[in-house]
Amino acid sequence: MATYTLISSNTLASSTSTVTFSSIPSTYTDLCIRGSVRLASAVQIGTLYMRINAATTTYSWTRLRGNGATASSSRGTTGTEIQIGLQTGASATANTFGSFELYIPNYAGSTNKPFSSFAVAENNSTTAGQSAIETFAELWSTTSAITSLTFSDYGTPDNMLSGSSFYLYGISNA
Amino acid sequence: MAETPTKVVVNCTTGVTEVLPLTAQEIADMETARVAAEDQRAAAEADAAVVAAAKESANAKLAALGLTAEEISALSK
Repeated sequence: MATYTLISSNTLASSTSTVTFSSIPSTYTDLCIRGSVRLASAVQIGTLYMRINAATTTYSWTRLRGNGATASSSRGTTGTEIQIGLQTGASATANTFGSFELYIPNYAGSTNKPFSSFAVAENNSTTAGQSAIETFAELWSTTSAITSLTFSDYGTPDNMLSGSSFYLYGISNA
Repeated sequence: MAETPTKVVVNCTTGVTEVLPLTAQEIADMETARVAAEDQRAAAEADAAVVAAAKESANAKLAALGLTAEEISALSK
């Protein structure tokens, strides 16, 4: 039976630029990261990104997006970080936050690291286009074991607002 | 004077969480990443505009051939 173990978590007491889970133990089968973020950028909806092991290369993704008005699909193979998905920005309704979930199987293995991401930006609004959903097929084409994960929008310093939260779980298959 | 931007580092082995100031290099890297992300976003929007224009042109040609709006819509479902 699979079990979820909370490895570490952090809720921001003040705005910050990046959140890093470092020295991730290799003792689990998979990793799951759940979070809730409000970005400091003056937009309704912005993008949260992640770097693995502080790497700035070999990221690629396939994305499906919808916002109640339009739907789209796209693919990216460049970038110094990987998109996790849309989150709520500072111009959205006060005290609203986005949410996201990542699932990274076989994170400590010696093969490339495909994983999934699911993210929602919610504005507590009934207007189409002011909230959105994205889901990703993600790939980090590197065989190293994952030992650290860093989250940021990499747009401006102190880009994630107080109250944003991050939870890192280890999943064991036995 | 503006406060120095910070980063949060959670050590999953020790359980220690630190709030540290960004280094000058990290601030510069963030600006580089911001510019790269804007370039990527602009390129994606340009690609989407090309696709939208091609779709509109194709629909017009199909209509000229005599297909109804419902028939054209059905082709993309």
